[in-house]
Formats: sequence, structure tokens, C-alpha cells
Amino acid sequence: MEGLTLSDAEQKYYSDLFSYCDIESTKKVVVNGRVLELFRAAQLPNDVVLQIMELCGATRLGYFGRSQFYIALKLVAVAQSGFPLRVESINTVKDLPLPRFVASKNEQESRHAASYSSDSENQGSYSGVIPPPPGRGQVKKGSVSHDTVQPRTSADAQEPASPVVSPQQSPPTSPHTWRKHSRHPSGGNSERPLAGPGPFWSPFGEAQSGSSAGDAVWSGHSPPPPQENWVSFADTPPTSTLLTMHPASVQDQTTVRTVASATTAIEIRRQSSSYDDPWKITDEQRQYYVNQFKTIQPDLNGFIPGSAAKEFFTKSKLPILELSHIWELSDFDKDGALTLDEFCAAFHLVVARKNGYDLPEKLPESLMPKLIDLEDSADVGDQPGEVGYSGSPAEAPPSKSPSMPSLNQTWPELNQSSEQWETFSERSSSSQTLTQFDSNIAPADPDTAIVHPVPIRMTPSKIHMQEMELKRTGSDHTNPTSPLLVKPSDLLEENKINSSVKFASGNTVDGYSSSDSFTSDPEQIGSNVTRQRSHSGTSPDNTAPPPPPPRPQPSHSRSSSLDMNRTFTVTTGQQQAGVVAHPPAVPPRPQPSQAPGPAVHRPVDADGLITHTSTSPQQIPEQPNFADFSQFEVFAASNVNDEQDDEAEKHPEVLPAEKASDPASSLRVAKTDSKTEEKTAASAPANVSKGTTPLAPPPKPVRRRLKSEDELRPEVDEHTQKTGVLAAVLASQPSIPRSVGKDKKAIQASIRRNKETNTVLARLNSELQQQLKDVLEERISLEVQLEQLRPFSHL
Amino acid sequence: MAVCIAVIAKENYPLYIRSTPTENELKFHYMVHTSLDVVDEKISAMGKALVDQRELYLGLLYPTEDYKLCRYGYVTNSKVKFVMVVDSSNTALRDNEIRSMFRKLHNSYTDVMCNPFYNPGDRIQSRAFDNMVTSMMIQVC
Repeated sequence: MEGLTLSDAEQKYYSDLFSYCDIESTKKVVVNGRVLELFRAAQLPNDVVLQIMELCGATRLGYFGRSQFYIALKLVAVAQSGFPLRVESINTVKDLPLPRFVASKNEQESRHAASYSSDSENQGSYSGVIPPPPGRGQVKKGSVSHDTVQPRTSADAQEPASPVVSPQQSPPTSPHTWRKHSRHPSGGNSERPLAGPGPFWSPFGEAQSGSSAGDAVWSGHSPPPPQENWVSFADTPPTSTLLTMHPASVQDQTTVRTVASATTAIEIRRQSSSYDDPWKITDEQRQYYVNQFKTIQPDLNGFIPGSAAKEFFTKSKLPILELSHIWELSDFDKDGALTLDEFCAAFHLVVARKNGYDLPEKLPESLMPKLIDLEDSADVGDQPGEVGYSGSPAEAPPSKSPSMPSLNQTWPELNQSSEQWETFSERSSSSQTLTQFDSNIAPADPDTAIVHPVPIRMTPSKIHMQEMELKRTGSDHTNPTSPLLVKPSDLLEENKINSSVKFASGNTVDGYSSSDSFTSDPEQIGSNVTRQRSHSGTSPDNTAPPPPPPRPQPSHSRSSSLDMNRTFTVTTGQQQAGVVAHPPAVPPRPQPSQAPGPAVHRPVDADGLITHTSTSPQQIPEQPNFADFSQFEVFAASNVNDEQDDEAEKHPEVLPAEKASDPASSLRVAKTDSKTEEKTAASAPANVSKGTTPLAPPPKPVRRRLKSEDELRPEVDEHTQKTGVLAAVLASQPSIPRSVGKDKKAIQASIRRNKETNTVLARLNSELQQQLKDVLEERISLEVQLEQLRPFSHL
Repeated sequence: MAVCIAVIAKENYPLYIRSTPTENELKFHYMVHTSLDVVDEKISAMGKALVDQRELYLGLLYPTEDYKLCRYGYVTNSKVKFVMVVDSSNTALRDNEIRSMFRKLHNSYTDVMCNPFYNPGDRIQSRAFDNMVTSMMIQVC
């Protein structure tokens, strides 16, 4: 960058500004925001500002270093004096006035401007290029009376000498310059207000003119009171007491203002607490305000509604705009109503305004509702802005004030504010409670979720239950609901246990039961939430969904949930997974087959068949015989002897039951097992008793035929042939006590045949089992899909 | 970086208009005026009780040579409209930023309304409101 030569004043001024902008105290880089504010305050067109920034190199660098900042300031001065912006102009323009920064929004800058402008004005140390200080113009705008300006000018004239020295001697920080400068004039001005060092009103009348003039200079800027405060605080401690306002004579403010002519924004903020003096409310004032408050609102903890406050303050004859601004300042919580604190602050502002005191841009800390004890803040110099903001949440300000009455007053106000804050907290807590509710709901679900990896599937099992119930009722059982509910639940529990154990075994029945058990768990464990979460169609166990229409009993596998009913009910006490595992398709087939079979099968259990087959026989007896099957039985048995009819009845029952379980190959498996059992049983007795042996083969083909249309038919055909042969062979043996040789041959032949049938049946069994597994897998997948779809349907 | 901010009352008269580059003030006023039609159109199209807070994203409505002006609208429940013209040449303002600006505007407007000395329908002369709007205006660099 080009070399930049700065005069001493410029140097100091620039360093002041730099430190002002250097809020982060980096000493190297200035905060861009501040710089921008500053430049904006320079009242230069934006393009000029941009140009300046470009020239100084900040845009290149992206930040404002000290050199850039100084160059920029110089350029601002150049621009303000009307010279074209060029880099060379930095050094070429001689006698460049200090850059002027007029604040529109920033107090500090305004003070800067005012101070420096007043400096230039008062001291005339700078070239007369600088127009009269903006404060003057603002004075004219906001001042109470024009004549106040004159005394001011006279005062200015009086102070040419002293101020001249100050700026150059001013310490680097602008506040200091300000301070000194203000001190000097304040020294001059303070004579007037201090003419009455007594706190109050008498000197003020005189001082008012001067003070108001002095104030007028600062009137355009926001907290002149703080400045004055500070000065008074530093220079004239006794005058600080003067600064308290009295409703009787608001002129105090003017004196305060005159006294505190020098302050800088930074120090003001830092010592804002000590600046509260002008805005501080004395006890007398406070009492007066409180009394006024009572006239409107007897309850000190209550609110003054906006309309009432409006009427009240309109009586002060201030313009509505001013009142509006006062309201904005004083209504701290923006609720449209005034608490005692807010009312006092508003009243105080009205009083100040009536005395010509300009309204601040923001509410002084002393007037903030939380700061009830204003006197304390004055003494607490070490609490910069904390008093203003930290005290808000119902914190009692450091009660160092000697005045107890104010303390006493603070408590109700504190309570008020605390109430306000409490309401906030209540609100927050209410929101928290809301969230808590949500969280409360959540745990209910995880219980079920945790217990069951599988989503709740109430309906299927319940539907099954209901179907079973229905069929039970249809089958002339007692009211199934309660027992069913109980038993299935028990069953389900058992099944759950069993299925969990047996599921690994890959037992198809178990697989189904496990799924059922999962669903049953929520039912049993489940809270209402669970149930609610489950399908809307499903209801808690107590309220079974409307039972599905009774299904044709003998026919379809699904409808054979009847069997499930019986299965569950029957096997309740038996605690056999296989019982539960009976797929819905299990239907009548196993039952009829089981009905005749149990006696036969149970002894045959030793064959090693699956246990569930034993259960099926158990179920069978409970079911009524289906007409169809009986027909089948008749048909099947028609070929057999009467003796055989019995067995044939069994078998046809088994067969039709098996037929019904087309989808449920497990049944078939069971049936085949049972059939094998039966067959073996049949074959056994056949082997045992010659008379009965002929019966065995014939039933086999009958069974086969009825059993499955698909698989067994070919086998049936084969077997029928074989059995036919056997039958023929056996039939050829009318009586057992034939010749032993014949018997032996027959026996051997039958043995051979039986072995063949055994192998065939074994093959069949394995195939059917495979089928069953496949079907069960399909079912599980379908059920999973159904579960997935169900929540959507219910959402 | 708002270039112009306007608050329009329900009867479509301005309660508050402020724009930063003073030389283009008239142009901005005109833009705000034209945007009112779009705002009304959107309001009527809504029909239902939904009041769209952030409802008028016009995007590049008025691309000029030097900079693109995006106009955004915001309607309160009382049919008070806020129109903001934004210079998007420097920074592509995200939707969230616009929304936050409108929210601030709305809050400030509410505060103004709370003032018993403010008669609804008057021009907004609140200093606090002015300060807030100024803070939202163009910030150089």
C-alpha cells in the first residue's frame, strides 16, 4: 500500500476508530460489520463506499487490517470533502478534515460525529470545511427550545481555548478524546448545573438552558444521559445524585445532560450501569409512579392494559409518536400491557421527554423491568451490561442499594418479572410435558416390539380363534369365546414356547405355530396400546372380532380353522407344539382320521411318527363326522368287509380330512403319517390276524384314493393294484386257520406287499413333507406381507 | 440483503416502505405495487383456511442487467402483506434466510401492533421497527 502519512490528530482519530471497530481486540483486523456501519455513517453513497473499500485493498484482502482501515478512513475524509477518490489523494490532499461519521442508528458513531464535529466546531482546530456539527441540526430538530441553542453557542464560544488542546492531547482511544473534550466543556458547562450542587431543582432552572443547549448538541444521539452520567460520575460525584429525576422537577435531566457531555459509546456501554443515573428512578419518583400505577391498577402485581395506559399517558400531552416510542421502549415483554416496572419505566420516560430529554433508542438498563433497584446499578461499575440483561430472569439485582424501600419494591416487581418468566418456564415445561407424553407412549410400544421381533399379528390368530369359535359353535360346542380365548391363549403360549423350541427343527407345523405364538404374545402380554397398535380390525382378546361366516366345513383348508379350533382346544392340555402347529388347513381330515385313529395310533406311536400325528388323532374324535367323508367312508368301505368298514371308516375319514388339507401338506404329512401308522397298524393287525389282514390292504387303496387327488392317485392306482392283488389274495383266504403252508405263503406275500407299500408310502411321506414345508414357507411369506400391509391399511 | 421492504395493509395501501438505494426508490415502489397483484392471486387461489406463511416465492421476477431482483411475499393471517425485494447478485439467499427475515419482520410488526398508541392503518413509524428493517437492509460487503 502506498505510504500513508497521517497527522497526529488523524492518527489518533483513526486509531480510535480502529479500536472502536476492533471489537474483538485483535489489534490487527477490524470487524467488517463495524467497519461497514462506520462507513455507512459516513453518509457516503454506497458506490463510493465500495470504491473506498476497493482502493484500500480490503476487498482484495477480504478483511480490514490496520493499514487498510486507515486508508479507508482517509478516503472517507477525501470523499466527504468532495475530492475525487483516488489512491493518490490519500497523501496529496492537504488539510484533509477528519472523516465525518454521522450515525443514524449507532449511538457511538453519532457521538463520535457529535464530539468531533463539536470539537471541530468548538476548537476550530480543523479546517472549516466541516460543516456545523450535525448535532446542531439535530438540536434544532429535537431540542426543546431554540433559544437553548444560543446559550450553547455562547458556551461554545466560551470554550474555544480549552477544547483546542484536548483533542490533540486526547489519548488514542476516541472515548478518551471524547472524555477530555467533554470534560472541558463539561467543566464549563458543569459550572452551570453544578452551580446548584445541591441535587435538585433550583440550579436546574438556570442550568437547564445551558444544559439543554448542551443537551441539544447531543440530543440527536441516543443516550446522552449515559454520557453525562459517566462524566458526572467521574468528575462530579456529587452531581451523580443530582442526576436522579424527580417528578416534581424533571429539569434534573437537563443538568445531567449538560454535565455528562463526554462519553464514548464503548465506555458508556461498559459502564452503562453507572450511567443509569440519569435514567435512574429515585425512591421518590418510584413511589410516585407506584401511586400512579395504583390509581389505574390497584394490584401491584397486575398489569395495566394497553388502552388504559394509552389514556393515562395521553394526558401527558406528548405527541402520539413519542408516546408510541415510549411504549415500545417500556413494554419489555411486548405483551401489550404494563407491569409495575414497565409502567415506571414508561412514566420515567414520559417525564424525561417532557423535560426535553430525548428518548433513547433503546431502553436504558436502569429502566429495564428487571432492574428494579436502580441505585444499585450506579454503584456497580463492574457490571457492564450484565445488569441490563442478566438480571432479566427474575434475578434480584445486587442489592447494594442502601435504600430498603426500593428493595421492598423490588420484590413485588421481581415477583412480577419472575412471574413473567415463570410463565415462560411453564410454557416450556408444558412443551416438555408434551414431549414427555410422547415419550410415555413410546415405551408402551417397545415392550411389544421388544418381545416380538415379528410385528403384532393379532388378526390372523384371532381370526383363527374366531373361526374356531365359530366352528365350535357350529359344531355344537359350548360358547367358545371365553374358553377359546383362554385356551388358544394358553395354546399360543405353549405354542410359543414349543414353537420357539421346535421351530429350529424346521417342523412346518411349528413354523406356523411360532408365527401364531408371536402374534399371541402381544395379545397376552399386550397392553391396550399394543392392541390398538395392532390392526384396527383386531380387538383385544376379550372382544373377538366378528367371527367370520361359518365356512364349509369339509371343504377348504382355510376353513378348516375349525380344526384349528379344535386343535387348540384339544391340545390345550397336552402342551404339544404339534397341536398348535396344526395349520389352519389342518381341517377335518386329521380329525376324522384321528377320530377313529387314536386308539390305533397311539399304540402305534412307537412307530416313531411325528408326535403331531398323534395329536391329530386326538383331534379327530372331537370333530363330527362330515357327511362327505362319511360318504367317502361308505364308499371306501363298500369294498371292504364289515370288519373292514370300521377301519375303512377310519381311513376314509383320514383321507377326506387329508383331502381337505390340500394346502396344508402338513396334514398330509400327518395324514400320511397317520396313514402310515394306520397302514402299519392296519398291516400289523393284518399281519397279526389273518382275518384282519385282508382288511388292511383294501383300506390302503381306499385311503389312497380319497387322500389326495394329485400325488396319491398314481400311487393309489399302484396300490390299488397291489391291494387288489392282496385283497384277492387275502380274500382267497377265507379263514385264518388254513393250511399253515398257505398261510405262510400268504403271510410272506403280504409281508412283501406290505414292505413295498411301506417303501412307497415312505416316499410319499417324504414328498408330502416337502410339499408341506414349501406351503408353510409360502404361508409365512404371505403372512409377513400381510402384516406389512396391515398397518398401512389402518393408518 | 434486502433492497426494499414494504408492509402493505389489507386494503393494499402501504403501511411502510423502505428501500436502500434511494435512487431506485420509485422503481422499487413500482415493483412492490406490481407484486401485490401476484400476492392477491395467490391468496385467492389458496382458498382453504391455510395461510401460507412463506407463500410468494417469485424468484427472478425482474432480472435487470446489473442485478437480479427477487421479490418475496409473505402474508399474515390478517392479510397484511410483506413484500421484500432482494438483491441476489452477491449472495444467493437461501429460502431459509428469506423466511427468517420475514419472521423477524412479522415479529416486529406484531410488536408495533401491540403498541396501544399505534392505530392500525397508520403508517408505521416505530423506531424499533425501523431499526430492525435497517438491519435487514443491504449490508455492504
